[in-house]
Amino acid sequence: MKFTLSWLKDHLETEAGIDRISAALTALGLEVEQVTDRSRALAPFVVAHVLKAERHPNADKLQVCTVDTGHGTVQVVCGAPNARTGLKAVFAPVGTRIPDSDQVLKKGVIRGVESDGMLVSERELGLSDQHAGIIELPAEAPVGASFARLRGLDDPVIEIGLTANRADCAGVRGIARDLAAAGLGRLKPLTGGHLEQAPVAGHGPGGIGVGIEAPAGACPLFVGRYIRGVRNGESPRWLQDRLLAVGLRPISALVDVTNYLTLDVARPLHVFDADTLAGGIIVRPARAGESLKALNGKEYRLDETMTVIADHDGVLGLAGVIGGEASGCTGDTVNVFVECALFDPVRTAATGRRLGIDSDARYRFERGVDPAAVFAGLERVTRLILEMCGGTPSEPVVAGAEPAWRRTVTLRPARVRHLGGVDIPVAEQERILTVLGFTPTLEAPGPEGECLLSAAVPSWRGDVEGEADLVEEILRVHGYDNIPAVAMARPYVVTRPALTARQRRAGHVRRTLATRGLDEAVTWSFLSSAAADLFGGQPPTLRLINPISADLDVMRPSLLPNLIQAAGRNADRGWSDVGLFELGPAYRDPTPEGQDLIAAGLRAGLMVPRHWAVGSRPVDVFDARADALAALEAAGAPAGNLQVTTDAPAWYHPGRSGVLRLGAVALGRFGELHPGVLDRLGVKGPVVGFEVLLDAVPPPKKKAGTARPLLKLSPFQPIRRDFAFVVDHAVEAERLIRAVKGVDKALVREVAVFDRYEGPGVEPGHKSLALAVTLQPERTLTDAEIEAVAARIVAAVAKATGGSLRGAGAVPSRQT
Amino acid sequence: MVDSLKAEMLRAIAVAADLTALEEVRVAALGKKGRVTGLMKDLGGLAPDERKTRGAALNVLKDEIALALDARKAELQGGALAARLESERVDVTLPVRPSAEGRIHPISQTIDELTAIFADMGFTVAEGPDVEGDFYNFTALNIPPEHPARQMHDTFYLPDAPDGSQRVLRTHTSPVQIRTMLSARPPIRIIAPGRTYRSDYDMTHTPMFHQVEALVVDEATHMGHLKGCIVEFCRAFFDIDDLPVRFRPSFFPFTEPSAEVDIGCLRSGGELKIGAYGDWLEIMGCGMVHPKVLANCGIDPARYQGFAFGMGIERIAMLKYGIPDLRTFFEADLRWLKHYGFVPLDQPSLALGLSRQF
Repeated sequence: MKFTLSWLKDHLETEAGIDRISAALTALGLEVEQVTDRSRALAPFVVAHVLKAERHPNADKLQVCTVDTGHGTVQVVCGAPNARTGLKAVFAPVGTRIPDSDQVLKKGVIRGVESDGMLVSERELGLSDQHAGIIELPAEAPVGASFARLRGLDDPVIEIGLTANRADCAGVRGIARDLAAAGLGRLKPLTGGHLEQAPVAGHGPGGIGVGIEAPAGACPLFVGRYIRGVRNGESPRWLQDRLLAVGLRPISALVDVTNYLTLDVARPLHVFDADTLAGGIIVRPARAGESLKALNGKEYRLDETMTVIADHDGVLGLAGVIGGEASGCTGDTVNVFVECALFDPVRTAATGRRLGIDSDARYRFERGVDPAAVFAGLERVTRLILEMCGGTPSEPVVAGAEPAWRRTVTLRPARVRHLGGVDIPVAEQERILTVLGFTPTLEAPGPEGECLLSAAVPSWRGDVEGEADLVEEILRVHGYDNIPAVAMARPYVVTRPALTARQRRAGHVRRTLATRGLDEAVTWSFLSSAAADLFGGQPPTLRLINPISADLDVMRPSLLPNLIQAAGRNADRGWSDVGLFELGPAYRDPTPEGQDLIAAGLRAGLMVPRHWAVGSRPVDVFDARADALAALEAAGAPAGNLQVTTDAPAWYHPGRSGVLRLGAVALGRFGELHPGVLDRLGVKGPVVGFEVLLDAVPPPKKKAGTARPLLKLSPFQPIRRDFAFVVDHAVEAERLIRAVKGVDKALVREVAVFDRYEGPGVEPGHKSLALAVTLQPERTLTDAEIEAVAARIVAAVAKATGGSLRGAGAVPSRQT
Repeated sequence: MVDSLKAEMLRAIAVAADLTALEEVRVAALGKKGRVTGLMKDLGGLAPDERKTRGAALNVLKDEIALALDARKAELQGGALAARLESERVDVTLPVRPSAEGRIHPISQTIDELTAIFADMGFTVAEGPDVEGDFYNFTALNIPPEHPARQMHDTFYLPDAPDGSQRVLRTHTSPVQIRTMLSARPPIRIIAPGRTYRSDYDMTHTPMFHQVEALVVDEATHMGHLKGCIVEFCRAFFDIDDLPVRFRPSFFPFTEPSAEVDIGCLRSGGELKIGAYGDWLEIMGCGMVHPKVLANCGIDPARYQGFAFGMGIERIAMLKYGIPDLRTFFEADLRWLKHYGFVPLDQPSLALGLSRQF
């Protein structure tokens, strides 16, 4: 919403300057977005008198002017056809920045004649498109005076951001009323067409009837008036200047008048060329297949949800949104029909949105136009038209009725203190409401001695519905700045944890994975259906109806595809050694329970980069498994009790992947990503990844306490023995480890695999696995006892896996 | 003869080039068949007087040679160690073995910072689903069906639920407030950080972003508390004790009265600086919970009241950490993550200082 300071002063009697007004507007909730003082850029431009204009000696179309600038006489070469002796024009001295070209004017020699400055057109000043000639000023314009001041351009333009609730402030008058309440002046009575004056006398019926055939509420009230014999020309200078100042193009008096009232009192109107109308006016829903060529020159297809103004031949305009080109006023218009109506905010907004039309009318109708000001609006527009265009008005025609809008809201004045946290005397509360247009009445104290303020709500404040609204009105006028900030009471002396156990462990997992060299990413919760399908796909219930693009049309079933594609993008940029993880949601179904918290990550490229001291190697499945285990351990899963199965989902390499389980429950999966999947995602492998289902990890036991089990240190040294077993190629290492551990859970403390060998010396189809077993005895063991344990280990492995000691019969070697 | 032997031996010791040569000298002099040992053996054949004199002289000689041997040995040993150490010299400027440490995303770090501050003010962290019902996302929040925010161009829709209700991706984390109020009785003090979605993608909008909202409901919390809470938060978060904070009346369907919050800033030469510089920058919306919202959640608005506020997490992270482009948050560009990310051990804490200074 834009307006000028002088326009504001039409409604507000005030001594306040622009800075104070700006500050007050923002404090009232009418946030000032910009204040533009156009006179600043135009300061060097002054009124000048062309003392003499003569044909340029070397050019037919140029003239050499002798110009009195008020500060001396200069010679200016000018190409404008209207430059002539005696003209009052606008002069720019050398050194002036010309707004249109943004060039600084230099002294020049044009076809051999010196030119010391410039006479300018409106376009060169950025005022309009007018460039047919230089600006012509009235003869009485004082030479040397500021052109900006002369033309009223020293009037600052204020632009405010209007919240959706403030329909009243979509007009300058509403803004003035708010400022008056805030103590910046007095709201002037509305002149020129207020109903308190005698209404314009109508001369007989106009002959154009109005009927409303729209659904209830679409157009509660429609009034109109036929005016015969108008002369449509340019509107007066003051009106054109105002419209130009706020960015509107003056068109003709009839159109400018309606635009003026739209901005002045938030009362959109429309003027039809009555001679283009066929029969009476009907307000009705659009019919399928109808279309309208609107005033903006565009053609719109309409549907039944839209309300139109029509005549007997077809659609004239879209109710509350935009008029039609065919019935608009032109310079030839002599008879007009003026429309002043109420249209449903919701339908107006929907129509405008559907068709993509942002108009000043829509802006106001969708916020809600004052239902009690329809007749006043017709009255004002009639007066202005008669004043500017002449004509004979007929009696108004009325269809529908003013909708009920009167209501009273009760306020407990103590509520301002209790909700607002600031004391405002009841008298001040009453004053504020009164200036805002409410009619407050102090009622007798209630049963508990509490006084009540009952406030009749003005017609233009459709947004005020309840007590809290009145509290807001009083607080915002009093000033939010005047509410003292107070500290909230601390519920506990010592800060309590803000996180649940589940939230806390998610944080642990995040920071643990980062310490392992993975960078945390945050990627979209959605992805392409094609990518989702590679990761199990999604049910139709998780497909977006209105995705922002086809690449982001379904909720992700897994975090991996987005991470894989991110790895691909990094590789494309030349960063192929990637370690990324994300902690976030994956979606199984659209219910709250169908959203899982997942920690997922991947590695690609080299795990160990090329380095002089260590051998470089690419990432492999064991890196992914280590990441998964670290995440699970950070989440509190009993890492030692986890089992690995080899039934990972299809997006993993079938032979290089696994599932980490606690009993039957899968807590996570890891592996090399399936080359086919990578290929479809356009990413070069190998890439290894993992997914950990944090919600599947059992929560910490309640009341487990913080104490650890008592540490019992053995006085006996651990005993280490190495074993090399030859087993079938398919036997998993984990089976050997479990068999060894199972021999004596108390004695066997640790089993490590320190070598794995296939090749000469080992039977084909078999492999050798070397285990380092640590025994922790609780007494001194004899050699015979140790040999007995070793024999049981060998037997257990043989039983579990069919494996035997490598180099059969060999005594396990003592570790050196 | 003793003298000449002494001179010869001492010279041999002095010229022994290494420990092996020295040992040879020792054996030649003092070994079983050594020359000094031989002379000692010869003593038996001498007259007692001469034997005594000669024996004393030989003992002195033996001691002198032993001393000289030890001295030379120590000398040679020292030299050998120095030579070995010299031979073991390496180029210590060679790069160390690689070890990788990842970075925490600025969104996570910011959420942890928010949590630390609000925990200190008695808030706990609440969460809710991203796929929401329109009741939680709109209706309960006093956003009528015709509200522009509900329209297609803002909200992502999913197919309707079996009961006919509309499913949406939450457009704010406010539904967490609704879920909290429906499941807990006042007093309530929560923050709800999380993913939010709006159908918008340009320089300053991404279809997914993060918000944090706060909700307080009890019998006494008023706008003064709202101001106090937000002012304290802004100053703690941006780590600027005198940060100006301004409240401007505004409008949201779910609060009444409503306000927007500005903090002090400086805009110059395309750069933005937070602090007491005279200019203002909007950072959040807030207000007293609308009585209809309380009633929609079964909380008696005649007895209970409170405030709510919400802000964009990326936005405050951008302001605090000088990150220029919102869209880069979601690109997972390693260079960006390494540059703007946080060391994993920098867990935000009020006790330690919320954030490291750079």
